Amino acid sequence: MMTVKSIFISGVGGQGNILAGKVITTALVNQGYDVKMSEVHGMAQRGGSVITQIRYGERVYSPLIEKGGADVLLAFEKLEAVRYIEYLSPEGTLIVNDLELPPASVLTGKAEYPPDIIERLKSEVKNTIVVDAVNIARECGEVRAQNMVLVGVLARVMDWSKQSFMEVIKEVVPVRFAQINIDAFNRGWELHG
Amino acid sequence: MKKVFLTGNEAIARGAYEYGVTFASAYPGTPSTEILENIAKYSEIYSEWAPNEKVALEAAAGASMAGARAIVSMKHVGLNVAADPLFTLAYTGVNGGLVIVSADDPGMHSSQNEQDNRNFAPFAKIPMLEPSDSQEAKDLVGEALKISEMFDTPVLFRTTTRISHSRGVVQIGERQQADIKPYEKNPEKFSMIPGFARKRRLILKERLKALEEYSEKFPYNRVEWGKSYEVGIITSGISYQYVKEVFGDEVSVLKLTMTFPLPKKLIAGFVSRVKEVYVVEELDPYLENQIRAMGFKVRGKELIPEIGELSAEIIREALKGEKVTPAFKQYTSVPPRPPVLCPGCPHRGVFYVLKKMKAVVTSDIGCYSLGVLPPLESIDSILCMGASISMGHGFKKAFEINGKDATVITVIGDSTFLHSGITSLMDAVYNRSNTINIIVDNSITAMTGHQHHPGTGYNIKAEPAPAVSIEAICRAIGVENVSVVDSYDLKAVKDAVKKALEYKEGPSVIITRRACALLKGKGPKGLYTISEEKCRRCRMCLRLGCPAIQVRGDVIFINPINCVGCAVCVQVCPFGAIEKAGDE
Repeated sequence: MMTVKSIFISGVGGQGNILAGKVITTALVNQGYDVKMSEVHGMAQRGGSVITQIRYGERVYSPLIEKGGADVLLAFEKLEAVRYIEYLSPEGTLIVNDLELPPASVLTGKAEYPPDIIERLKSEVKNTIVVDAVNIARECGEVRAQNMVLVGVLARVMDWSKQSFMEVIKEVVPVRFAQINIDAFNRGWELHG
Repeated sequence: MKKVFLTGNEAIARGAYEYGVTFASAYPGTPSTEILENIAKYSEIYSEWAPNEKVALEAAAGASMAGARAIVSMKHVGLNVAADPLFTLAYTGVNGGLVIVSADDPGMHSSQNEQDNRNFAPFAKIPMLEPSDSQEAKDLVGEALKISEMFDTPVLFRTTTRISHSRGVVQIGERQQADIKPYEKNPEKFSMIPGFARKRRLILKERLKALEEYSEKFPYNRVEWGKSYEVGIITSGISYQYVKEVFGDEVSVLKLTMTFPLPKKLIAGFVSRVKEVYVVEELDPYLENQIRAMGFKVRGKELIPEIGELSAEIIREALKGEKVTPAFKQYTSVPPRPPVLCPGCPHRGVFYVLKKMKAVVTSDIGCYSLGVLPPLESIDSILCMGASISMGHGFKKAFEINGKDATVITVIGDSTFLHSGITSLMDAVYNRSNTINIIVDNSITAMTGHQHHPGTGYNIKAEPAPAVSIEAICRAIGVENVSVVDSYDLKAVKDAVKKALEYKEGPSVIITRRACALLKGKGPKGLYTISEEKCRRCRMCLRLGCPAIQVRGDVIFINPINCVGCAVCVQVCPFGAIEKAGDE
């Protein structure tokens, strides 16, 4: 029996994390897995810390990932990588977007944004993949497609079928943005072979 | 059968569709909101936002008595509001099936308290079902409607955040047409004057006895025998998933789905066959207390916390003694990222003005509750929907009794005012309160994700609807000093408050009006920038707490990605350093 795999996605409200989760889970459901996903809603709609947890396998019970239980931590923002790093398993892979979005306390000068996050993460987590998703997405024609760049990286790391993602993106993303998102996914996919 | 991937809320909506519901009502509240939003997509079901949960339940009760299958959904605290009709509905019973969804929020992800609404079932004497995933959420809507009609009772359908907002694979089917049941006038059943109610009280007792028998055979109450009979676990709802996650089939599990009335024989049989019994449940010792009262020795809350959300980890540590030590540790200082009032939020300037007033400010439930956080920090109290105006009235009266002359200002949103603020304001008028009541009107139910209400001019399907005039209501209930100002115009807000301070003949109402900045096409337009030459680094603009205004080292600047052009900061800068930089 296949063991259950767990993907933990963290980011900031408004970055397209929920859509990324939708694309990933739709692809996994289409491939016939039992899938569970848990999202955070409510007060954190804008500017708050947002997490999505995905678990898939033959039979999944809990929608929540335990600390140290995530096969991948996919962080849409650097600070949101360190905030949830406890969830990554010792052999897990960290995919982190090289992007700094300061929270309110930092914006007003009340707290400091931790320096050298990427260096520290790299030194601690053996499998760390740093992605400049914002610039790659911009090159694809839309900065908001950074989420699909990151999904592309994740799909390659997990060894998922690329074709199934092409279909799902067309299905889930509005038609006029489909090509940009497919390009962004492909750029992510090609990044780490 | 088709397989789809649904949240618990979407699955409940699907269940309403498949099992022939034709009437649905709700007031939005996290984590229940998406139930009605998804039901509204089905043209076969009449659906509506109600001004509050009590009204929603009463409307659904009327539809049910008329013979329609009906569903009403609300968050846990919403059931407190609806408790009044609920308890008597248990007496009248139903005609068409009636399901009442209560979405509880263990861990208070977005609620003012944590309450275990399973307690409502024995209190109101109505049966309760608890799904443990999306598939069950869909299927149990059908079971709940069946039970409702079979036993002539409303049914409590209790979910939690982790059921409402988790997705799982669901097999969906076709809609089963449930014809409207014939209605026959029957005042002895539906009109609860004391003489009739006393007869119904006896019927209620008989009904619960019959329901208990049903619970014994209800297939969703089931024993899953494990490899060992050493340990048995009794559980329900999401806790069942966590138990299976931790133990798989190592232990025996009694999964309870109808958790009121409980199947006593089934429980007795299970307890007698296993050596040691644990009850694993989130929040209150609801099952534990009832099972103990049956005379069984079980362990529960001595091991499992009664505060906050459960998880597989907590159960693993409590029952197996296995403590998880993560490989990677969170850094010692990670700045928190709490929710904030959005850039361009019309409430920001109002709180900025209030902070300078040195007044007692009683607030209400909505986005504007965030005015309690730094740097605005202008709020003294937040209790429940509709409480701001009545609490302010109480504050003012107590101060007056004690000879204290303090300014009391209340803050309430447009949706909340229509929910339960009107009666509070009536009280303030009737009892001659000298409070200043600010209705922060952003013309939508913003916090739960932009739902319409009776004041917006649109119904749940975004079709035009008659709009209630908030100012006309205020005048109609006797408020003489009513003014309407632009929330973005700080001077106008300030002047209105000053004018209200001079008015001593009763409560004043100031409606500060501007559409939520996130409403498509209704938000402000433009872009502002801080002139580095003119800026004296006084940091006044930072007191607004606008996410677009940022500091890097010594430089204060406006991030063009976040600025929406509300221009509130322009009015705050004493040196005229904030200038227009664009139109989009």
